[in-house]
Amino acid sequence: MNSQAIAAKIKNIVWSITRGVLLIGLIFVVIYPILLKAITAVKHKDDIYNPVVLLVPEKFTLDNIKHVIEVMDYWQTLFNTFALSSVTMILQIVACALAGYGFAKWKSKWSTLLFAGVVATILIPPQTIILPMYLTFQNFDFFGLMQLFGADKGFNLLNTYWPFILTGITANGLKSGLFIYIFRQFFMNMPKDLEEAALVDGASVVKTFTSIIIPSAVPAIVTVALFSFVWQWNDTFFVASYLPGMQILSNELLSLSSEVGVYVTQGMGLGYDEANDPFYHSMLVGTGLMLAILPLIIMYLFVQRLFVESIERTGIVG
Amino acid sequence: MNKRKQITFEQKKRNLAIMFIVPWFIGFLFFFINPLITSLTFSFNKLDVTNNGYTLTWAGLDNFKFAFTVHESFNRLITEAAIDMIINVPLIIIFSLFLATLLNQKFRGRAFARAVFFLPVILASNIIADIESTSMMTSLMSGDDSSSFELLKSVNLEIMMLESGFPPNLVEYLTGAVDRIYAIISKSGVQILIFLAGLQSIPASLYEASKIEGATGYETFWKITFPMVSPLIPIIVVYSIIDSFMNNEVTELINTIGFANINFGLSSAMSWIYFLLIAIILAVSTGLISRKVFYNN
Repeated sequence: MNSQAIAAKIKNIVWSITRGVLLIGLIFVVIYPILLKAITAVKHKDDIYNPVVLLVPEKFTLDNIKHVIEVMDYWQTLFNTFALSSVTMILQIVACALAGYGFAKWKSKWSTLLFAGVVATILIPPQTIILPMYLTFQNFDFFGLMQLFGADKGFNLLNTYWPFILTGITANGLKSGLFIYIFRQFFMNMPKDLEEAALVDGASVVKTFTSIIIPSAVPAIVTVALFSFVWQWNDTFFVASYLPGMQILSNELLSLSSEVGVYVTQGMGLGYDEANDPFYHSMLVGTGLMLAILPLIIMYLFVQRLFVESIERTGIVG
Repeated sequence: MNKRKQITFEQKKRNLAIMFIVPWFIGFLFFFINPLITSLTFSFNKLDVTNNGYTLTWAGLDNFKFAFTVHESFNRLITEAAIDMIINVPLIIIFSLFLATLLNQKFRGRAFARAVFFLPVILASNIIADIESTSMMTSLMSGDDSSSFELLKSVNLEIMMLESGFPPNLVEYLTGAVDRIYAIISKSGVQILIFLAGLQSIPASLYEASKIEGATGYETFWKITFPMVSPLIPIIVVYSIIDSFMNNEVTELINTIGFANINFGLSSAMSWIYFLLIAIILAVSTGLISRKVFYNN
C-alpha cells in the first residue's frame, strides 16, 4: 500500500466517525423528547420528588396511563379520530389522484389557468377562508337549492363528518392542493409508452386508467396516504372549527390540561397537596400526549420502509 | 386509419381528464372561491350576528385601519412572524440539504437514520409543541443546569467564536441555530425528503467522471451535487415559507378574534393583510432565488 492509499483510507475513517457522531447526536435530539414522554407515562408520582431519579424511574406504574385513558375517554376518542383520518385519507387519495391525472393529461390554456387555482389553494392560508366556511357548514345549502325547494334553512353540518367528507371528495380538503401537485408531477413523469401499449392492445381509456395508471402510481398513493392521514390526525385547526363538540384526539388535547385539573381534584379522592401538585398534573398531561402520538408511532413503524422508498420514487422532484 | 384512431384516443383521454377535474372544480368554486369572496366582503364590513344569519354594514377600510393603528398586538405579532420566517427558512434549507446529503451516503444503519428523521413529520403537531413548551415536567426533567441536554447549549462555543473575532451578529445567528436545533429538525422533514429524492436522481456517471478527474469531495459537492439539486430550492423555499406561516401567534390571534370575540370583519381583514404579506414575501424570495438556479436542460 502506498502512502496515498493510506491517507485516503484515514480520511475515509475520519469522515465515517464524524458522520456517525453527527447523526447519532441529531438522532438523539429527535428521539429524546419522545423518550422523555414515554418515561413520564410509566413513572410513579413518588418518583417526581426522588432526587435519584432523572430518567429511569424507580417505581414503574401504569396508573398514569389508566387515569388519562379515563379522562380522555381514550378508546372512543381514538376510534373517532381513526375513523375521521381514514375517511379523509381515502377520499383525498381518490379525488386528488383523479384531479392530478386530469391536470397532467389535459394540456390547454384553461388547464394552466385552473392549475393556478390549485396553487392558490396551497398558498392562501386557511385562516382566510375558515369563517365563511364555518358559516357555510353551519347552514349548509348547496348553491341555494334547498331554499328553492321550500326549506327555510339549510342543514347544520357542524359536529358531523360531512364538512370533511365534502371537502375531501371534491379535493379541496386539508392540503389537497399539495396532493394534487404530487399526483400531477407523478403522472407527468410517467412514460407515455405504457398507455400507448395498452391502447394498442385494445384497452379503453377508462380501462387504461384503472388497470395501468393506478397500479403504477403506488408510490405516489402511499406518499399521499401517509401525509393525508397524519396531517388529519394532527390537525387542530379544522377539527376545532368544524367539530367543536366531538371527541377527537386534537380536541381532547386542547382541553386536556383543564380536564386533568378537574379530574385530580374531584375524581381521585386525593388530598389537597397531591391534587394541587403542578408536577403531577403535568405528568398526566404528558402521558396524554404520549397516548395521542403512540398510535401514529406504531403505524409509522410498520409503514416507514414503504414510505421512505415511495417518496424517493414519487418524483416530487420532477 | 391509424392516425384517426390516434386523434380519437387523444380526444378521449382529454375528455376523461376534464371529467376528472370536474369534482375538484365544483369544490374549488364552492369551498374556495366562494368563501374567499365572502371573506373579502366581510373584511370591508361590520358583521352583526342575528337570529337567522348575519347582517353586514359597510365599513370601508375601518377594519384594516383598526388592525394597523388601534389593535395592541397585531403589528408586533405580524412583524415577529416575518422575522422568525426570515431567520428560520435559510437554516431549514441549509440543514435539510446537509442532512439529505448525509442520508444519501451509504453506511450501516442508514434505513434507521432515515426513519428517525422523518419521525418529526409524523409528529409535527402544533398542539404538542404548545403543551410541551409550557409543561413543567419537561422543564423539570431537562433541568436547569445538571442535565445531559446542557451539552447542546452553545454557550462555550459562543464565547470561543467571539474571542476568535467572528462578527457578533453572525455568532448570535449560528449559536441561536444550535439552540433551536430541535425546532429546525422538526420543521425540515419534508424538505429532507424532497432533497433526498433529488439527490437520488443525479446520474452516478457524473460522480464517477469527477472522481476520475481527481475532484475532492468538497469540489464534487459544489460543482455537481449543489447545481443538480438547486432547481429544487425554489419549491423548498416556497414550502418552508408557507409552512412557517401556517401556525403561529398571528393565526391564533385571527382565530380568537373571529371565533371567541365574534368580530368576523376584523378577523377577515387581518387574515387578508396576513395573506398579502405572505404573497409579497413569496414573490420577492422566489424572484430572487429563481435567477440563481441552475437548470440542467
